[in-house]
Amino acid sequence: MPAFAIQTDRDQLVVDRLGAAFPEAVLAQEQFHDMRCFTVRKESLHDILRFLRDELDFNFLTTLCGMHYPATEGQEDLLGLVIHLHSFRNRHRIRLKANTPLKDPAFPTFTDLWPATNWMEREAFDFYGLTFTGHPNLKRILNMEDFPAFPMRKDYPLEDPTREDKNDSMFGR
Amino acid sequence: MSTGIAKPDFWQHDLVPPAEHKELNVLNLGPTHPATHGIFQNVLTMDGEYIQSAEQTIGYIHRAFEKIAERRPFYQITTLTDRMNYCSAPINNMGWHMTVEKLLRIETPKRVDYMRIIAMELARIADHIVCNAVIGVDTGALTGFTFIFQDREFIYEIFEEICGARLTTNMGRIGGFERNFNDIAWRKTKHFLDYFPKKLKEFENLLMRNRIFMDRCINCGPFPLDRALAYGFTGPNLRACGLDYDVRVMDPYCSYEDFDFKIPIGQNGDVYDRFMVRQKEMWESLRIIRQAVEKCEKMSDKTTFTAEVPEWVLPPKEEVYNEMEALIYHFKIVMGESDVPVGEVYHCVEGGNGELGVYLVSDGGRTPFRVHFRRPCFVYYQAFPEMVKGIMLSDAILSMSSMNVIAGELDA
Repeated sequence: MPAFAIQTDRDQLVVDRLGAAFPEAVLAQEQFHDMRCFTVRKESLHDILRFLRDELDFNFLTTLCGMHYPATEGQEDLLGLVIHLHSFRNRHRIRLKANTPLKDPAFPTFTDLWPATNWMEREAFDFYGLTFTGHPNLKRILNMEDFPAFPMRKDYPLEDPTREDKNDSMFGR
Repeated sequence: MSTGIAKPDFWQHDLVPPAEHKELNVLNLGPTHPATHGIFQNVLTMDGEYIQSAEQTIGYIHRAFEKIAERRPFYQITTLTDRMNYCSAPINNMGWHMTVEKLLRIETPKRVDYMRIIAMELARIADHIVCNAVIGVDTGALTGFTFIFQDREFIYEIFEEICGARLTTNMGRIGGFERNFNDIAWRKTKHFLDYFPKKLKEFENLLMRNRIFMDRCINCGPFPLDRALAYGFTGPNLRACGLDYDVRVMDPYCSYEDFDFKIPIGQNGDVYDRFMVRQKEMWESLRIIRQAVEKCEKMSDKTTFTAEVPEWVLPPKEEVYNEMEALIYHFKIVMGESDVPVGEVYHCVEGGNGELGVYLVSDGGRTPFRVHFRRPCFVYYQAFPEMVKGIMLSDAILSMSSMNVIAGELDA
Protein backbone atom coordinates (compact mmCIF):
# COMPACT_ATOMS: atom_id res chain seq x y z
CA MET A 1 0.00 0.00 0.00
CA PRO A 2 1.77 3.12 -1.15
CA ALA A 3 1.27 6.05 1.16
CA PHE A 4 2.77 9.41 1.90
CA ALA A 5 4.57 9.81 5.18
CA ILE A 6 2.00 11.01 7.69
CA GLN A 7 3.38 14.05 9.45
CA THR A 8 1.21 14.23 12.54
CA ASP A 9 3.11 17.11 14.13
CA ARG A 10 3.04 19.18 10.94
CA ASP A 11 -0.66 18.45 10.59
CA GLN A 12 -1.20 19.63 14.14
CA LEU A 13 0.85 22.75 13.46
CA VAL A 14 -1.36 23.59 10.48
CA VAL A 15 -4.47 22.97 12.57
CA ASP A 16 -3.22 25.22 15.38
CA ARG A 17 -1.96 28.03 13.19
CA LEU A 18 -5.03 28.02 10.97
CA GLY A 19 -7.28 27.94 14.00
CA ALA A 20 -5.46 30.89 15.50
CA ALA A 21 -5.32 32.97 12.34
CA PHE A 22 -8.77 32.13 10.94
CA PRO A 23 -10.92 31.07 13.90
CA GLU A 24 -14.15 31.16 11.93
CA ALA A 25 -12.98 29.87 8.60
CA VAL A 26 -12.19 26.20 9.11
CA LEU A 27 -15.49 24.36 8.95
CA ALA A 28 -14.28 20.79 9.21
CA GLN A 29 -11.16 18.71 9.14
CA GLU A 30 -10.75 15.04 8.46
CA GLN A 31 -7.93 12.59 8.02
CA PHE A 32 -8.32 10.71 4.76
CA HIS A 33 -5.86 7.85 4.89
CA ASP A 34 -2.53 9.66 4.59
CA MET A 35 -3.63 13.23 4.09
CA ARG A 36 -5.29 15.83 6.29
CA CYS A 37 -8.19 17.60 4.64
CA PHE A 38 -9.58 20.99 5.66
CA THR A 39 -12.95 22.25 4.57
CA VAL A 40 -12.87 26.01 4.73
CA ARG A 41 -15.21 28.89 4.17
CA LYS A 42 -15.16 30.04 0.58
CA GLU A 43 -14.70 33.71 1.49
CA SER A 44 -11.46 33.10 3.35
CA LEU A 45 -9.97 30.51 0.98
CA HIS A 46 -7.75 33.03 -0.75
CA ASP A 47 -6.40 34.42 2.51
CA ILE A 48 -5.85 30.93 3.88
CA LEU A 49 -3.88 29.91 0.81
CA ARG A 50 -1.75 33.03 1.08
CA PHE A 51 -1.21 32.31 4.77
CA LEU A 52 -0.26 28.68 4.11
CA ARG A 53 2.12 29.71 1.37
CA ASP A 54 3.85 32.51 3.23
CA GLU A 55 3.71 31.40 6.85
CA LEU A 56 3.63 27.61 6.73
CA ASP A 57 5.93 27.00 3.78
CA PHE A 58 3.46 25.33 1.41
CA ASN A 59 5.42 26.44 -1.61
CA PHE A 60 3.83 24.24 -4.23
CA LEU A 61 0.27 23.98 -5.46
CA THR A 62 -0.18 20.47 -6.81
CA THR A 63 -3.74 20.47 -8.09
CA LEU A 64 -6.82 22.58 -8.17
CA CYS A 65 -9.96 20.97 -9.46
CA GLY A 66 -13.69 21.42 -9.40
CA MET A 67 -16.33 19.16 -7.89
CA HIS A 68 -20.08 18.87 -8.17
CA TYR A 69 -22.24 17.45 -5.39
CA PRO A 70 -25.75 16.92 -6.72
CA ALA A 71 -28.66 18.00 -4.56
CA THR A 72 -29.72 15.60 -1.86
CA GLU A 73 -32.43 15.89 0.74
CA GLY A 74 -31.85 18.93 2.86
CA GLN A 75 -28.97 20.11 0.73
CA GLU A 76 -28.96 22.08 -2.47
CA ASP A 77 -26.63 21.57 -5.43
CA LEU A 78 -23.09 22.37 -4.42
CA LEU A 79 -20.01 23.13 -6.45
CA GLY A 80 -16.69 22.53 -4.81
CA LEU A 81 -13.07 23.32 -5.22
CA VAL A 82 -10.37 20.90 -4.12
CA ILE A 83 -6.79 22.07 -3.76
CA HIS A 84 -3.75 20.00 -2.90
CA LEU A 85 -0.82 21.84 -1.38
CA HIS A 86 2.66 20.50 -0.94
CA SER A 87 5.48 21.73 1.23
CA PHE A 88 8.68 20.47 -0.33
CA ARG A 89 10.80 21.37 2.66
CA ASN A 90 8.65 19.48 5.17
CA ARG A 91 7.52 16.69 2.80
CA HIS A 92 4.02 17.55 3.83
CA ARG A 93 0.85 17.51 1.80
CA ILE A 94 -2.61 18.76 2.72
CA ARG A 95 -5.92 19.06 0.95
CA LEU A 96 -8.23 22.05 1.10
CA LYS A 97 -11.85 22.10 0.10
CA ALA A 98 -14.37 24.86 -0.26
CA ASN A 99 -17.94 24.60 -1.40
CA THR A 100 -20.29 27.10 -2.91
CA PRO A 101 -23.93 26.92 -3.94
CA LEU A 102 -24.51 26.24 -7.62
CA LYS A 103 -26.28 29.56 -7.99
CA ASP A 104 -23.25 31.50 -6.82
CA PRO A 105 -20.22 29.82 -8.40
CA ALA A 106 -17.75 32.67 -7.89
CA PHE A 107 -14.38 32.23 -6.22
CA PRO A 108 -11.58 34.75 -6.12
CA THR A 109 -8.75 33.91 -8.47
CA PHE A 110 -5.58 32.33 -7.12
CA THR A 111 -3.41 33.26 -10.08
CA ASP A 112 -1.83 36.02 -8.01
CA LEU A 113 -0.52 33.39 -5.59
CA TRP A 114 0.46 30.67 -8.05
CA PRO A 115 0.40 31.33 -11.81
CA ALA A 116 0.01 27.56 -12.21
CA THR A 117 -3.65 27.91 -11.23
CA ASN A 118 -4.37 29.85 -14.41
CA TRP A 119 -5.23 26.83 -16.52
CA MET A 120 -6.51 24.81 -13.61
CA GLU A 121 -9.09 27.52 -12.94
CA ARG A 122 -9.97 27.66 -16.61
CA GLU A 123 -10.47 23.90 -16.51
CA ALA A 124 -12.72 24.19 -13.46
CA PHE A 125 -14.68 26.91 -15.24
CA ASP A 126 -14.87 24.89 -18.41
CA PHE A 127 -16.16 21.73 -16.80
CA TYR A 128 -18.06 22.93 -13.74
CA GLY A 129 -18.93 26.53 -14.41
CA LEU A 130 -16.98 27.83 -11.44
CA THR A 131 -15.98 31.42 -12.02
CA PHE A 132 -12.89 33.09 -10.67
CA THR A 133 -13.12 36.79 -10.02
CA GLY A 134 -10.04 38.59 -11.26
CA HIS A 135 -8.77 35.78 -13.50
CA PRO A 136 -6.81 37.29 -16.39
CA ASN A 137 -8.29 35.12 -19.13
CA LEU A 138 -11.26 33.11 -17.94
CA LYS A 139 -12.55 31.19 -20.93
CA ARG A 140 -13.04 27.58 -21.88
CA ILE A 141 -9.87 25.62 -22.29
CA LEU A 142 -10.45 22.02 -23.38
CA ASN A 143 -13.96 22.25 -24.79
CA MET A 144 -14.88 24.39 -27.74
CA GLU A 145 -15.70 27.97 -26.90
CA ASP A 146 -19.40 27.85 -27.77
CA PHE A 147 -20.04 24.64 -25.88
CA PRO A 148 -23.51 24.99 -24.36
CA ALA A 149 -23.06 23.23 -20.99
CA PHE A 150 -20.69 22.46 -18.15
CA PRO A 151 -20.07 18.81 -18.93
CA MET A 152 -18.55 17.48 -15.70
CA ARG A 153 -21.60 18.36 -13.65
CA LYS A 154 -23.38 15.24 -12.56
CA ASP A 155 -26.60 16.09 -14.39
CA TYR A 156 -24.85 16.16 -17.76
CA PRO A 157 -25.18 12.78 -19.48
CA LEU A 158 -22.09 10.90 -20.59
CA GLU A 159 -23.38 10.39 -24.10
CA ASP A 160 -23.41 13.70 -25.93
CA PRO A 161 -27.12 14.62 -25.97
CA THR A 162 -26.74 16.88 -28.99
CA ARG A 163 -25.70 14.15 -31.38
CA GLU A 164 -28.22 13.01 -33.96
CA ASP A 165 -26.11 10.51 -35.89
CA LYS A 166 -26.49 7.72 -33.38
CA ASN A 167 -29.44 5.39 -33.37
CA ASP A 168 -30.81 5.28 -29.83
CA SER A 169 -32.06 1.72 -30.14
CA MET A 170 -28.53 0.52 -30.77
CA PHE A 171 -26.91 2.41 -27.91
CA GLY A 172 -29.40 1.55 -25.21
CA ARG A 173 -30.75 5.04 -24.65
CA MET B 1 43.87 46.91 -51.34
CA SER B 2 42.84 44.82 -48.38
CA THR B 3 43.72 41.15 -48.44
CA GLY B 4 41.77 40.17 -45.34
CA ILE B 5 38.78 37.91 -45.43
CA ALA B 6 35.73 39.81 -46.51
CA LYS B 7 33.15 39.93 -43.79
CA PRO B 8 29.59 39.58 -44.95
CA ASP B 9 28.06 42.97 -44.47
CA PHE B 10 24.92 41.74 -42.73
CA TRP B 11 26.90 41.57 -39.53
CA GLN B 12 27.01 45.32 -39.68
CA HIS B 13 23.26 45.65 -39.41
CA ASP B 14 21.02 45.02 -36.50
CA LEU B 15 18.97 41.93 -37.03
CA VAL B 16 16.11 43.53 -35.16
CA PRO B 17 14.92 46.70 -36.83
CA PRO B 18 14.93 49.78 -34.63
CA ALA B 19 11.86 50.39 -32.53
CA GLU B 20 10.24 53.03 -34.69
CA HIS B 21 9.94 50.71 -37.68
CA LYS B 22 8.43 47.88 -35.72
CA GLU B 23 5.74 46.01 -37.50
CA LEU B 24 4.27 43.02 -35.72
CA ASN B 25 2.97 39.98 -37.53
CA VAL B 26 0.56 37.43 -36.26
CA LEU B 27 1.63 33.89 -37.02
CA ASN B 28 -0.35 30.75 -36.48
CA LEU B 29 1.93 27.97 -35.35
CA GLY B 30 -0.20 24.89 -35.56
CA PRO B 31 -2.67 23.28 -34.81
CA THR B 32 -1.11 20.75 -37.14
CA HIS B 33 2.45 21.74 -37.71
CA PRO B 34 5.12 19.07 -38.16
CA ALA B 35 7.53 20.90 -35.87
CA THR B 36 5.23 20.96 -32.87
CA HIS B 37 5.06 17.14 -32.68
CA GLY B 38 1.41 17.10 -31.79
CA ILE B 39 -1.71 19.13 -32.07
CA PHE B 40 -0.91 22.43 -30.44
CA GLN B 41 -1.96 25.81 -31.68
CA ASN B 42 0.05 28.87 -30.82
CA VAL B 43 -0.95 32.27 -32.06
CA LEU B 44 2.34 34.11 -32.04
CA THR B 45 2.83 37.83 -32.32
CA MET B 46 6.10 38.14 -34.14
CA ASP B 47 8.54 40.98 -34.37
CA GLY B 48 10.52 39.72 -37.31
CA GLU B 49 12.00 36.43 -36.14
CA TYR B 50 11.40 37.27 -32.49
CA ILE B 51 8.35 36.26 -30.52
CA GLN B 52 6.57 39.05 -28.70
CA SER B 53 3.77 37.01 -27.24
CA ALA B 54 2.15 33.63 -27.64
CA GLU B 55 -1.35 32.48 -26.99
CA GLN B 56 -2.06 28.79 -26.83
CA THR B 57 -5.17 26.92 -27.78
CA ILE B 58 -5.34 23.41 -26.46
CA GLY B 59 -7.98 20.71 -26.30
CA TYR B 60 -7.83 19.42 -29.86
CA ILE B 61 -7.72 15.83 -28.68
CA HIS B 62 -9.75 16.21 -25.52
CA ARG B 63 -11.50 12.90 -24.86
CA ALA B 64 -13.30 13.60 -21.58
CA PHE B 65 -11.38 11.02 -19.57
CA GLU B 66 -12.50 12.37 -16.24
CA LYS B 67 -16.14 12.26 -17.29
CA ILE B 68 -15.87 8.78 -18.76
CA ALA B 69 -14.07 7.60 -15.63
CA GLU B 70 -17.10 8.51 -13.52
CA ARG B 71 -19.14 5.87 -15.36
CA ARG B 72 -16.64 3.04 -15.48
CA PRO B 73 -15.51 0.43 -12.98
CA PHE B 74 -11.90 0.73 -11.88
CA TYR B 75 -10.40 -1.73 -14.32
CA GLN B 76 -11.89 0.02 -17.31
CA ILE B 77 -10.21 3.27 -16.30
CA THR B 78 -6.76 1.77 -16.78
CA THR B 79 -7.23 1.94 -20.52
CA LEU B 80 -7.95 5.65 -20.24
CA THR B 81 -4.69 6.27 -18.42
CA ASP B 82 -2.79 4.56 -21.26
CA ARG B 83 -3.87 7.28 -23.55
CA MET B 84 -2.63 10.19 -21.48
CA ASN B 85 1.13 10.07 -21.77
CA TYR B 86 1.24 7.36 -24.40
CA CYS B 87 5.05 7.51 -24.54
CA SER B 88 5.23 5.94 -21.09
CA ALA B 89 1.88 4.23 -20.67
CA PRO B 90 3.02 1.66 -18.03
CA ILE B 91 3.83 4.46 -15.57
CA ASN B 92 0.30 5.81 -15.94
CA ASN B 93 -1.17 2.32 -15.51
CA MET B 94 0.84 1.66 -12.38
CA GLY B 95 0.02 5.10 -11.02
CA TRP B 96 -3.66 4.39 -11.40
CA HIS B 97 -3.42 0.92 -9.91
CA MET B 98 -1.44 2.20 -6.96
CA THR B 99 -4.05 4.88 -6.34
CA VAL B 100 -6.76 2.26 -6.24
CA GLU B 101 -4.60 0.09 -3.98
CA LYS B 102 -4.24 3.02 -1.64
CA LEU B 103 -8.00 3.40 -1.53
CA LEU B 104 -8.53 -0.33 -1.00
CA ARG B 105 -5.57 -0.60 1.42
CA ILE B 106 -3.94 -3.35 -0.58
CA GLU B 107 -0.37 -4.20 0.36
CA THR B 108 1.68 -5.46 -2.58
CA PRO B 109 4.50 -8.02 -2.20
CA LYS B 110 8.08 -6.88 -2.80
CA ARG B 111 8.43 -8.96 -5.94
CA VAL B 112 5.44 -7.17 -7.48
CA ASP B 113 6.98 -3.82 -6.58
CA TYR B 114 10.26 -4.74 -8.24
CA MET B 115 8.54 -6.02 -11.35
CA ARG B 116 6.56 -2.82 -11.50
CA ILE B 117 9.72 -0.81 -11.16
CA ILE B 118 11.28 -2.70 -14.07
CA ALA B 119 8.27 -1.89 -16.24
CA MET B 120 8.12 1.73 -15.11
CA GLU B 121 11.79 2.45 -15.58
CA LEU B 122 11.77 0.83 -19.02
CA ALA B 123 8.86 3.12 -19.83
CA ARG B 124 10.78 6.11 -18.52
CA ILE B 125 13.69 5.26 -20.79
CA ALA B 126 11.32 4.91 -23.74
CA ASP B 127 9.78 8.28 -22.88
CA HIS B 128 13.11 10.05 -22.57
CA ILE B 129 14.36 8.44 -25.78
CA VAL B 130 11.49 10.06 -27.66
CA CYS B 131 12.04 13.46 -26.11
CA ASN B 132 15.80 13.56 -26.47
CA ALA B 133 15.80 12.11 -29.97
CA VAL B 134 13.27 14.74 -30.98
CA ILE B 135 15.39 17.53 -29.50
CA GLY B 136 18.10 16.19 -31.79
CA VAL B 137 15.74 16.27 -34.77
CA ASP B 138 14.73 19.84 -34.05
CA THR B 139 18.33 20.92 -33.95
CA GLY B 140 18.89 19.24 -37.29
CA ALA B 141 20.37 15.88 -36.28
CA LEU B 142 18.01 13.24 -37.59
CA THR B 143 20.58 10.47 -37.24
CA GLY B 144 20.22 10.08 -33.50
CA PHE B 145 16.48 9.75 -33.83
CA THR B 146 16.63 6.92 -36.34
CA PHE B 147 19.50 5.34 -34.44
CA ILE B 148 17.97 5.20 -30.96
CA PHE B 149 14.39 4.45 -31.94
CA GLN B 150 15.45 0.88 -32.53
CA ASP B 151 15.94 0.54 -28.78
CA ARG B 152 12.58 2.06 -27.99
CA GLU B 153 11.26 -0.63 -30.27
CA PHE B 154 13.11 -3.21 -28.20
CA ILE B 155 11.55 -1.84 -25.00
CA TYR B 156 8.17 -2.25 -26.62
CA GLU B 157 9.05 -5.84 -27.39
CA ILE B 158 9.67 -6.38 -23.69
CA PHE B 159 6.29 -4.80 -22.92
CA GLU B 160 4.78 -7.13 -25.46
CA GLU B 161 6.17 -10.08 -23.54
CA ILE B 162 4.95 -8.67 -20.23
CA CYS B 163 1.41 -7.71 -21.16
CA GLY B 164 0.83 -8.36 -24.84
CA ALA B 165 0.58 -4.75 -25.95
CA ARG B 166 3.12 -2.21 -27.08
CA LEU B 167 2.07 1.41 -26.94
CA THR B 168 -1.16 1.56 -24.96
CA THR B 169 -0.19 -1.23 -22.66
CA ASN B 170 -3.02 -1.60 -20.14
CA MET B 171 -0.34 -3.28 -18.08
CA GLY B 172 -0.81 -4.73 -14.63
CA ARG B 173 -3.82 -5.24 -12.46
CA ILE B 174 -4.93 -3.91 -9.10
CA GLY B 175 -2.61 -5.70 -6.70
CA GLY B 176 0.03 -6.70 -9.21
CA PHE B 177 0.22 -8.14 -12.69
CA GLU B 178 -2.10 -10.26 -14.77
CA ARG B 179 0.58 -12.93 -15.10
CA ASN B 180 4.18 -13.56 -14.24
CA PHE B 181 6.98 -12.22 -16.45
CA ASN B 182 7.87 -15.06 -18.79
CA ASP B 183 11.38 -16.21 -19.58
CA ILE B 184 11.55 -14.23 -22.78
CA ALA B 185 10.67 -11.05 -20.89
CA TRP B 186 13.49 -11.64 -18.39
CA ARG B 187 15.94 -12.58 -21.13
CA LYS B 188 15.06 -9.55 -23.19
CA THR B 189 15.33 -7.25 -20.18
CA LYS B 190 18.78 -8.60 -19.40
CA HIS B 191 19.81 -8.35 -23.02
CA PHE B 192 18.60 -4.73 -22.99
CA LEU B 193 20.73 -4.02 -19.93
CA ASP B 194 23.73 -5.55 -21.69
CA TYR B 195 23.65 -3.82 -25.01
CA PHE B 196 21.76 -0.56 -24.39
CA PRO B 197 24.41 1.33 -22.39
CA LYS B 198 26.76 1.14 -25.34
CA LYS B 199 24.13 2.47 -27.71
CA LEU B 200 23.09 5.18 -25.31
CA LYS B 201 26.70 6.25 -25.03
CA GLU B 202 26.93 6.39 -28.81
CA PHE B 203 23.78 8.51 -28.93
CA GLU B 204 25.25 10.76 -26.27
CA ASN B 205 28.50 11.12 -28.19
CA LEU B 206 26.51 12.19 -31.19
CA LEU B 207 24.87 15.11 -29.40
CA MET B 208 26.17 15.88 -25.95
CA ARG B 209 29.51 17.53 -26.81
CA ASN B 210 28.55 18.29 -30.39
CA ARG B 211 29.45 21.91 -31.02
CA ILE B 212 26.45 22.66 -33.23
CA PHE B 213 24.07 21.04 -30.77
CA MET B 214 25.57 22.87 -27.81
CA ASP B 215 25.51 26.23 -29.53
CA ARG B 216 21.94 25.63 -30.48
CA CYS B 217 20.71 24.47 -27.05
CA ILE B 218 22.68 26.25 -24.38
CA ASN B 219 20.82 29.34 -23.20
CA CYS B 220 17.89 28.50 -25.39
CA GLY B 221 14.58 28.93 -23.58
CA PRO B 222 15.91 29.17 -20.04
CA PHE B 223 13.48 29.30 -17.15
CA PRO B 224 14.29 30.48 -13.64
CA LEU B 225 13.61 28.15 -10.74
CA ASP B 226 11.24 30.39 -8.81
CA ARG B 227 9.03 30.87 -11.85
CA ALA B 228 9.17 27.15 -12.56
CA LEU B 229 7.92 26.39 -9.05
CA ALA B 230 5.20 29.00 -9.31
CA TYR B 231 4.10 27.44 -12.57
CA GLY B 232 3.97 24.00 -11.02
CA PHE B 233 6.83 22.45 -13.00
CA THR B 234 7.71 18.94 -11.97
CA GLY B 235 9.86 16.17 -13.35
CA PRO B 236 12.86 16.69 -15.63
CA ASN B 237 11.80 20.23 -16.46
CA LEU B 238 11.90 21.30 -12.83
CA ARG B 239 15.11 19.40 -12.18
CA ALA B 240 16.71 21.13 -15.15
CA CYS B 241 16.04 24.40 -13.33
CA GLY B 242 18.10 23.13 -10.41
CA LEU B 243 15.77 21.62 -7.83
CA ASP B 244 16.05 17.94 -7.01
CA TYR B 245 12.35 17.24 -6.56
CA ASP B 246 11.55 13.70 -7.57
CA VAL B 247 8.47 11.86 -6.31
CA ARG B 248 10.41 8.60 -6.27
CA VAL B 249 12.61 10.03 -3.51
CA MET B 250 10.33 12.56 -1.89
CA ASP B 251 7.39 10.21 -1.39
CA PRO B 252 8.72 6.76 -2.21
CA TYR B 253 6.10 4.44 -3.62
CA CYS B 254 6.48 0.90 -4.92
CA SER B 255 9.62 0.25 -2.79
CA TYR B 256 11.75 2.86 -4.54
CA GLU B 257 13.39 3.41 -1.19
CA ASP B 258 15.20 0.04 -1.65
CA PHE B 259 17.10 1.34 -4.64
CA ASP B 260 20.25 3.33 -5.00
CA PHE B 261 20.01 6.03 -7.63
CA LYS B 262 20.82 9.67 -8.12
CA ILE B 263 18.66 12.57 -9.17
CA PRO B 264 20.41 14.54 -11.88
CA ILE B 265 19.76 18.27 -11.87
CA GLY B 266 20.58 21.11 -14.23
CA GLN B 267 21.48 24.72 -13.65
CA ASN B 268 19.47 27.25 -15.56
CA GLY B 269 16.67 25.23 -17.09
CA ASP B 270 17.52 25.73 -20.74
CA VAL B 271 17.08 23.18 -23.50
CA TYR B 272 20.53 21.73 -22.97
CA ASP B 273 19.86 21.20 -19.26
CA ARG B 274 16.58 19.50 -19.96
CA PHE B 275 18.27 17.29 -22.51
CA MET B 276 21.06 16.41 -20.11
CA VAL B 277 18.74 15.75 -17.18
CA ARG B 278 16.75 13.31 -19.29
CA GLN B 279 19.92 11.76 -20.61
CA LYS B 280 21.33 11.21 -17.12
CA GLU B 281 17.98 9.90 -15.92
CA MET B 282 18.15 7.18 -18.52
CA TRP B 283 21.45 6.05 -17.00
CA GLU B 284 19.91 6.09 -13.54
CA SER B 285 16.89 4.16 -14.81
CA LEU B 286 19.25 1.54 -16.20
CA ARG B 287 20.88 1.29 -12.78
CA ILE B 288 17.48 0.88 -11.14
CA ILE B 289 16.42 -1.83 -13.58
CA ARG B 290 19.68 -3.68 -13.05
CA GLN B 291 19.18 -3.59 -9.28
CA ALA B 292 15.56 -4.68 -9.61
CA VAL B 293 16.48 -7.62 -11.83
CA GLU B 294 19.15 -8.66 -9.34
CA LYS B 295 16.75 -8.38 -6.42
CA CYS B 296 14.17 -10.49 -8.24
CA GLU B 297 16.78 -13.11 -9.04
CA LYS B 298 17.96 -13.27 -5.43
CA MET B 299 14.43 -13.91 -4.20
CA SER B 300 13.60 -17.52 -3.59
CA ASP B 301 10.04 -16.75 -4.59
CA LYS B 302 9.76 -16.75 -8.39
CA THR B 303 6.03 -17.08 -8.77
CA THR B 304 4.35 -14.26 -6.91
CA PHE B 305 3.06 -11.68 -9.34
CA THR B 306 0.09 -10.32 -7.48
CA ALA B 307 -1.13 -9.49 -4.00
CA GLU B 308 -3.60 -11.75 -2.22
CA VAL B 309 -6.75 -9.96 -3.35
CA PRO B 310 -9.17 -12.44 -4.93
CA GLU B 311 -11.80 -9.69 -5.26
CA TRP B 312 -9.56 -7.82 -7.68
CA VAL B 313 -7.31 -10.31 -9.46
CA LEU B 314 -8.89 -12.46 -12.13
CA PRO B 315 -8.50 -16.15 -11.25
CA PRO B 316 -6.81 -18.47 -13.79
CA LYS B 317 -9.09 -19.62 -16.56
CA GLU B 318 -8.90 -23.34 -15.68
CA GLU B 319 -10.23 -22.52 -12.20
CA VAL B 320 -12.97 -20.30 -13.60
CA TYR B 321 -14.25 -23.20 -15.67
CA ASN B 322 -14.07 -25.75 -12.87
CA GLU B 323 -14.64 -24.04 -9.54
CA MET B 324 -17.63 -22.10 -8.34
CA GLU B 325 -15.73 -19.57 -6.19
CA ALA B 326 -13.41 -18.67 -9.05
CA LEU B 327 -16.33 -18.24 -11.41
CA ILE B 328 -18.06 -15.92 -8.97
CA TYR B 329 -14.96 -13.79 -8.51
CA HIS B 330 -14.37 -13.69 -12.23
CA PHE B 331 -17.91 -12.46 -12.79
CA LYS B 332 -17.75 -9.91 -10.00
CA ILE B 333 -14.45 -8.50 -11.18
CA VAL B 334 -15.46 -8.25 -14.80
CA MET B 335 -18.74 -6.57 -13.90
CA GLY B 336 -17.02 -4.21 -11.45
CA GLU B 337 -19.01 -5.46 -8.47
CA SER B 338 -16.24 -5.80 -5.91
CA ASP B 339 -16.73 -3.76 -2.76
CA VAL B 340 -15.09 -0.36 -2.66
CA PRO B 341 -14.74 1.66 0.54
CA VAL B 342 -15.94 5.24 0.75
CA GLY B 343 -13.07 7.65 0.81
CA GLU B 344 -10.76 9.85 -1.12
CA VAL B 345 -7.09 9.49 -1.89
CA TYR B 346 -4.44 11.35 -3.77
CA HIS B 347 -1.50 9.43 -5.06
CA CYS B 348 1.25 10.43 -7.39
CA VAL B 349 4.05 8.77 -9.28
CA GLU B 350 7.02 10.19 -11.08
CA GLY B 351 5.84 10.04 -14.67
CA GLY B 352 8.00 10.69 -17.68
CA ASN B 353 7.16 14.37 -17.43
CA GLY B 354 6.78 14.87 -13.71
CA GLU B 355 4.38 14.35 -10.90
CA LEU B 356 1.51 12.36 -12.35
CA GLY B 357 -1.17 12.46 -9.69
CA VAL B 358 -4.59 10.90 -9.39
CA TYR B 359 -7.19 12.30 -7.04
CA LEU B 360 -9.80 9.61 -6.57
CA VAL B 361 -13.06 10.12 -4.69
CA SER B 362 -15.15 7.04 -4.09
CA ASP B 363 -18.69 7.04 -2.74
CA GLY B 364 -18.71 3.26 -2.41
CA GLY B 365 -20.30 2.66 -5.79
CA ARG B 366 -18.96 0.55 -8.60
CA THR B 367 -17.52 3.61 -10.34
CA PRO B 368 -15.57 6.50 -8.83
CA PHE B 369 -17.48 9.58 -7.79
CA ARG B 370 -14.74 11.76 -9.17
CA VAL B 371 -11.34 11.18 -10.70
CA HIS B 372 -9.00 14.03 -11.34
CA PHE B 373 -5.72 13.44 -13.09
CA ARG B 374 -2.89 15.80 -12.36
CA ARG B 375 -1.28 15.79 -15.76
CA PRO B 376 2.17 17.37 -15.52
CA CYS B 377 2.07 18.59 -19.15
CA PHE B 378 -1.15 20.47 -18.57
CA VAL B 379 0.34 22.27 -15.60
CA TYR B 380 3.67 23.28 -17.06
CA TYR B 381 2.73 23.93 -20.68
CA GLN B 382 1.00 27.14 -19.57
CA ALA B 383 4.43 28.60 -18.88
CA PHE B 384 5.31 28.35 -22.56
CA PRO B 385 4.43 32.00 -23.46
CA GLU B 386 6.63 33.25 -20.67
CA MET B 387 9.43 30.93 -21.72
CA VAL B 388 9.45 31.98 -25.36
CA LYS B 389 8.85 35.69 -24.93
CA GLY B 390 11.62 37.52 -26.73
CA ILE B 391 13.33 34.49 -28.23
CA MET B 392 13.42 33.40 -31.84
CA LEU B 393 10.82 31.22 -33.46
CA SER B 394 13.20 28.36 -34.15
CA ASP B 395 14.26 28.42 -30.49
CA ALA B 396 10.62 28.32 -29.44
CA ILE B 397 10.15 25.10 -31.41
CA LEU B 398 13.13 23.67 -29.63
CA SER B 399 11.89 24.84 -26.23
CA MET B 400 8.58 23.18 -26.84
CA SER B 401 10.02 19.84 -27.82
CA SER B 402 12.45 19.93 -24.89
CA MET B 403 9.53 20.41 -22.50
CA ASN B 404 8.16 17.15 -23.88
CA VAL B 405 4.57 18.27 -24.12
CA ILE B 406 2.51 15.19 -24.97
CA ALA B 407 -0.81 16.13 -26.52
CA GLY B 408 -2.62 13.15 -25.03
CA GLU B 409 -1.59 14.10 -21.53
CA LEU B 410 -2.22 17.79 -22.09
CA ASP B 411 -5.77 17.36 -23.30
CA ALA B 412 -6.82 14.30 -21.31
